[in-house]
Amino acid sequence: MIEALISPEVVEQHGITPQEYLRIVAILGRDPNLTELGIFSVMWSEHCSYKSSRVHLKRLPTAGACVLQGPGENAGVVDLGDGYAIAFKIESHNHPSLVEPFQGAATGVGGILRDIFTMGARPIAAMNSLRFGRIKSSESMESPPQGRAGSSTPDNEESELRQNRRILSGVVGGIGFYGNCFGVPTVGGEIYFEDCYAKNPLVNAFALGLFERDSRSGKPRIFLGRASGPGNAVIYVGAKTGRDGIHGASLLASSEFDETTASKRPNVQVGDPFLEKCLLEACLETMEADAIVGIQDMGAAGLTCSTSEMAARGDTGIEIELNHVPQRETGMSPYEIMLSESQERMLLVAERGRMPDIQGIFSKWGLDAVEIGRVTKDGILRVRDHGEVVAEIPAKALADEAPLYNRPMKARKPLALLEKSSPRLKNLESVQPGDAFMRLLSSENLCSRRWVYQQYDHMVRTNTCILPGADAAVIRIKNTNRAIAITLDGNGRYCYVNPREGARLAVAEACRNLVCVGAQPLAATNCLNFGNPEKPEIMWAFSEVIDGMKEACEAFHTPITGGNVSFYNETFGKGIYGTPVMGMVGVIDDLAHLTSPGFKREGDVIAALGDLTPPTEREFLNQGTEFARVLLNASGAQVPALILEREKRLQDTILTLIHQGTLHSCHDVSEGGLAIALAECAFASGPPFLGCEIEIQFGIEGLSAWWFNENPSRAVISFEVGQQSRIEAICRRQEIPFQILGRVRKHDFKLKHLNNWIIQQPVDKLFGLWDQELERLSTL
Amino acid sequence: MKFGVVVFPGSNCDHDAFYVIDRVMRQPVEWVWHETDQLKGFDAIILPGGFSYGDYLRTGAIARFSPVMKAVRAFAEGGGLVLGICNGFQILCESGLLPGALMRNRGLKFVCRHVYLRTENNALPFTQRLSAGQVLKIPIAHMEGNYYASADTLDELESQGRVVFRYSTPEGAIDEAANPNGAARNIAGICNRAGNVMGMMPHPERASESLLGSADGRGIFESMVKALVSAPSSRLAETVHD
Repeated sequence: MIEALISPEVVEQHGITPQEYLRIVAILGRDPNLTELGIFSVMWSEHCSYKSSRVHLKRLPTAGACVLQGPGENAGVVDLGDGYAIAFKIESHNHPSLVEPFQGAATGVGGILRDIFTMGARPIAAMNSLRFGRIKSSESMESPPQGRAGSSTPDNEESELRQNRRILSGVVGGIGFYGNCFGVPTVGGEIYFEDCYAKNPLVNAFALGLFERDSRSGKPRIFLGRASGPGNAVIYVGAKTGRDGIHGASLLASSEFDETTASKRPNVQVGDPFLEKCLLEACLETMEADAIVGIQDMGAAGLTCSTSEMAARGDTGIEIELNHVPQRETGMSPYEIMLSESQERMLLVAERGRMPDIQGIFSKWGLDAVEIGRVTKDGILRVRDHGEVVAEIPAKALADEAPLYNRPMKARKPLALLEKSSPRLKNLESVQPGDAFMRLLSSENLCSRRWVYQQYDHMVRTNTCILPGADAAVIRIKNTNRAIAITLDGNGRYCYVNPREGARLAVAEACRNLVCVGAQPLAATNCLNFGNPEKPEIMWAFSEVIDGMKEACEAFHTPITGGNVSFYNETFGKGIYGTPVMGMVGVIDDLAHLTSPGFKREGDVIAALGDLTPPTEREFLNQGTEFARVLLNASGAQVPALILEREKRLQDTILTLIHQGTLHSCHDVSEGGLAIALAECAFASGPPFLGCEIEIQFGIEGLSAWWFNENPSRAVISFEVGQQSRIEAICRRQEIPFQILGRVRKHDFKLKHLNNWIIQQPVDKLFGLWDQELERLSTL
Repeated sequence: MKFGVVVFPGSNCDHDAFYVIDRVMRQPVEWVWHETDQLKGFDAIILPGGFSYGDYLRTGAIARFSPVMKAVRAFAEGGGLVLGICNGFQILCESGLLPGALMRNRGLKFVCRHVYLRTENNALPFTQRLSAGQVLKIPIAHMEGNYYASADTLDELESQGRVVFRYSTPEGAIDEAANPNGAARNIAGICNRAGNVMGMMPHPERASESLLGSADGRGIFESMVKALVSAPSSRLAETVHD
C-alpha cells in the first residue's frame, strides 16, 4: 500500500494530539496509514466523540416512565400512549453556518430530519434556535454599548451590521429552502441578537417525528442503528458520494475560526431537500415492509461514523468495499470516500434475501441502493478498495474508546455590579416608562418574528394548531384527540452571568411555555453551545450549566433524551456566551385544553399569576433585561432568582385552571416584562385586535422596574368575569399570588398607574411598529 | 364517486389533500402515482402542492412531461374534475391546461400566511356551495405564486368568468395591499374554458377544519362532492358563461 508517511505535522493537521496518536498506535499495534488516521481523526473529534463533555453529560437525568429511547441513538423516543410515540432531537450547525450561511443552515435542517426518520418516525415538525450579532444600529441607543466604546467607528459598525444581516438572511433562507421542499412544517423557535454572536452565529435545528401505531403489534416500531446478524448485507442508499464536506466534523466543528474561515467553504456540505424527501419515503416504505434490521444516517463523518457506530452498537464488525460506493466524482481516494460528508445518504443493514425488495422500493423513488459490504463477527471495521485492505480498525475503538478528558476548570469571578452612583443608574430615573415601552416594542430581540416564520412553510401536514409566535408550537396528532407542544428556550446572557442559574431559568421557562398552551411537559433535548473547552473558565461554565439543568429537569420531571454539544464557538479567540438551548416537548391530552396567548373576548378580566414584587432599581439595572440593554446599554451582572418549587407550583396551578376550562388566554411573562407580555396578548388577538385597559391602583416604587422586570414564575391570564372566584380559590389553595390587572377592551392598549397614563395607543399602531421592525432591519 | 390524489416524488401536500377527502369529507379517495398513465374509475383528480420533481429548474417544468399529466389531460378533456393546488396550479399552467404562468413572488421570498380570497365565480363545480363574492380565509405557502398572463389573456379570463378567486382584504376589497405575491389583477385562482379544471395558489386543504384556524376552504371540496353527486363526471361543464 503506497501512502504518505505519517509525520508529526500530518498528525497535527488532523487535530490529533501526540498522546492520542500513541493511543492509536497502541490500539492498532502499528502506525496507522493515512486513511486510518483520517478515520480516527473524525471519530475522535470533539464533535463525534464528546471527549470533553461526556464526563459531565453523565450527570443529566435521562430516565423516566415515558422514555422509550434515551441518549446514544440517533434521537430520543418518548411514549405518548395508545401505540403512538415521538422521536425528537436538537443539533447545532453553527460553524458551517458562519462559513456559508445558506447551505450551512439548510444542511443543518437536513441532518436533524435524517436523525428522526432513521428511527422510523415521520418528521412532523421542525424548529430552530438562532443567534446572530446585532442588526440594529447603536445610533439608536443612548450611548455606545458596553465594551465597544471607542473600538468601532460608524463605518466599521455599519459593515458589521450588514454582515450580521447577511448571515441572518442566508440562514433563514437556507432553513426555508430545505424544510419547505422536504415538506416539514417549521413551526417556531427563537432568535436573539447579541454582539458575542457576530462572528459566531448559532444555528440549532430541532426536529420531531411521529411513530404511528403499528397495525400488527399495536406498538410504535423503533429502528436502531445496529449492525446485527453477521453475514447480513450492508447497504448504501441515497445520494452519491462526492468530495463535499470532507473534515466537516473534525476541522469545521472542532476548532476555532480565524482569517482563514472563508477558505473552509469547501468543507461545508450542499443540501438537496428533494432527494431527502425521496429518501424519507423510501426508508419509511422499507421499514413498513419489514425489510431491514438496522439503519443509520450518514451525517457528520459520513461512511466512517455510520459503519463504526453501527458495528459497535451491534457488537459486530463491518467489512465494506469502496469500489461499490456510488460516487459522483472520479478518482476519489479511500480517504476522501470515508470522510466525505455528502448529504442525503443512509446505511442499512438487512438480511441478504431482502435485497430485491429494498432495491425495488429505492428504485421506485429514483434512488441508489447498493450492497457495499457485510456484517462480520470479528468486531473490526475493515475497508477495502478494489479488494485491497486500506483500513482495519476495531469498531469499538472508534465509537466508544475515544479519549475522555476531564478538562481543567476554573470558576470565573462574579461580574461587577453597577453601583447606585453609576451614571447609568442615573439614566434610569430619566426614562419615561411610556417611551421605554415604545422602544422595547421595536427592539431587535422583542419585535415580531413574522418576517422569519413567513419564509417557512409552517402549516404543511395540516397539524399546526397554533401559529408561530405563541408561547409554544402545538401540533395535533391526527386520528387522536391529542396534541404535542414544543418550545425551544435559551438565554445566553443569563448563562454568561451565572451559568448554573441561567440553565435553571432556561429549563423553567421552557416548561412554563408548554404549560401556558395547556401541555404537560414530558421530556427534553438540549443543544449546548460553548467556546473552547480547553479554556478552564469555559469548561467550568459548561459544568455549571449541566448541574443547573440537572436540578431543574429533575424538579419538572423532564428527562433529557439526547442532544448535542457544540464547542469551539470562537473566532479570533473571542467566544460566545455559553448558550444552552432546551428543546422541551409536552403533551396536550385533550384538544379542548388548547390555550393561546391572544385575548379572546371584550370585557374579560385580565390578571397576573405569580409574585409581581419588582427587584430594587439596582437589581433591575444589573439583571441583564432587555430594558437594561436597550435603554441603558447595560448587559447585566446578576440574574433574577428562581425558586424551583414555586415555579412548579405556578405551572401546576396554570394546568389546573386550564383543565377546569376557566381560562380564555394564558401567556408567560418573560423578556420585556409584564408590559410587553400584555402587548403580545393584544397582538395575538387579531386582526381585528382587542386591546386592554390596565389600571394599577397601588403605589409602585420604580415604575420601570415594575413594568419591565423579567422575574420568572409569572403569567398573564384572561377569563370571563364569572370565573373569577373559582380561579382565586384555586390560586389561594396553591398559594399562588393572584392580581387583577384590568379588562380586555376594544381597539386601544392602555396602561395606567394611579391616574397617570403610561401608554394609551391604538393596538393597530403598536402592532405595526412591532410587526414591521425585523423586516425593515433585514432589508436595510 | 372516487377522488384521486396524484403523487409526484416531491409532492408534500399529498397527504393533506388525501386526509381532507378521506377524513373530513368522508369520500372515497386513492393515491395516483406519477408514472400512472390512465385514470379509469376516477371522477375527480387533485394535483397537490409540493415540489413535483424537485422543481430546481422551474416549477412544474418536468412534471408536464410525466405519464400522469398525459392522463390528466385526457381525463380533463373527458370532463373530469381537476383541481390543482399550489404546485398543482403551476403544473397545470406548464402543461397548458390553464393559461398563464406563475412567476417568483414580488418580494422574492417564500411566503406562508393566511390571506383572504374573494369568490369571483360561484357557478363552478368547485365553487357552487360558496356565495357570490364570499370572502374566504385560506393560507398560501409558495415561492412562485405571482400569476402572469398577457393583457389579452387576462381580459379574456375576466370576460369569460374564469377568474375564480382574487386576493382581497377581509372585507372583500381588491387592492394592492391585499396582494401577497404581485399576481396580475390579484388573481389567486382560475379555471379552463369548460370550467372543469381549476388551479389556485392558496391551500384549501389547510383550511378545512376550524382547529387549524379556518374551515373556509371546505366549501371548495363540498362543491366538488355536490357536483359529483348530482352529475356524472363526463357531463360536468358548460358552467362558465362563454
